[in-house]
Amino acid sequence: MIYLQLFFTFLQIGAFSFGGGYGMISLIREKVLLYGWLTEEELLNMIAVSESTPGPIAVNIATFVGSTQGGIIGSLLAMLGVILPSFIIILIIAALIQNLLKYAGVKAFLGGVRPCVIGLILATAITMFMSTILGMADIKNAMSVDYRGFIILVLLFIAAFALEKIQKKKPSPILMILLSAALGIAFYSI
Amino acid sequence: MKKHSILFLTMLKIGLFTFGGGYAMIALLENEFVSKKKWIEKEEFLNMVAIAESTPGPIAINAATYIGYKNAGVMGSALCTLGVCIPSFLIIYAISLFLDAFLTLTIVANAFKGIQVCVIYLILSAGIKMLKAIKKNLFNTAIIISTVVCMVLLSLFAIRFSTVFYILISGIAGVAVYLIGKLRKDGEK
Repeated sequence: MIYLQLFFTFLQIGAFSFGGGYGMISLIREKVLLYGWLTEEELLNMIAVSESTPGPIAVNIATFVGSTQGGIIGSLLAMLGVILPSFIIILIIAALIQNLLKYAGVKAFLGGVRPCVIGLILATAITMFMSTILGMADIKNAMSVDYRGFIILVLLFIAAFALEKIQKKKPSPILMILLSAALGIAFYSI
Repeated sequence: MKKHSILFLTMLKIGLFTFGGGYAMIALLENEFVSKKKWIEKEEFLNMVAIAESTPGPIAINAATYIGYKNAGVMGSALCTLGVCIPSFLIIYAISLFLDAFLTLTIVANAFKGIQVCVIYLILSAGIKMLKAIKKNLFNTAIIISTVVCMVLLSLFAIRFSTVFYILISGIAGVAVYLIGKLRKDGEK
């Protein structure tokens, strides 16, 4: 039953992803790869599309996966699944336990979750790098390095560094995405 | 009833114009509800941001639910949450219908190969930025290093271990360290 699977998977993502935005990517990636709903490349495409369109990344990915796997009903169920835990938890906090965050135990728990989310984001970037650019998702695959991708990554870091020096602030994600699209066309068309 | 429709329409507008996720939205929410409408005090707004960041789920949804409830109860929070989601739902649903066809064009496919690399860069730089901002102590360093090492190694050996467990284990470790510290302090008294 794809509808139930979509709803409950995104319910789990909504309930257990901390840190918003990129903090949610590791759990989303785990689930969509596990069920074969997206490939690594498709997930990366979707994150870029989410960055370039309005709205929360998690809602955008839920809508997209829901739609490709189960049409309009699938996309509605996946979106409801991902927002429902937030909705219920915030209602409980706003209505009943205003000072939930002031309890020492809750503070200590969140104090443990915070560094973990950073670790998850870094590890997700590293595993994505290994599977798409080094071409080895796990050690059973031989390495097949995508040199063009590697060069583009290095160029992006250099460009971001230079733009930050010139503008005195980090370049926006959309600017970096446009730049990488141009680099992609230039390098992969050769 | 008027308040309900204002809330819904304001959230719809914010949902349509926030690019770049949660934090960009926080700035817009502050502008609308604290500066312009004065429906929420500055201090309560900051408290709301702390709650939205610390609870699971998208920050924008958490913030919308909270603001809706504070101004117009459960009905208000449902309207705000839906309002903030509807624009991105419609846009992404439309994109989902033709993205595959769009990607069959060679030039688009090549552009997206570059974009995929960019997303890895974006995630990595987001992680590095958070790494710079967090307090550097033994506990945080230990959790970050062990999470990264475990997750990379386990995925390298194709062993399944859900992200949910990393979150739960780290949270429990936080509580354990707090309790041990408390016991020690009590022992000294």
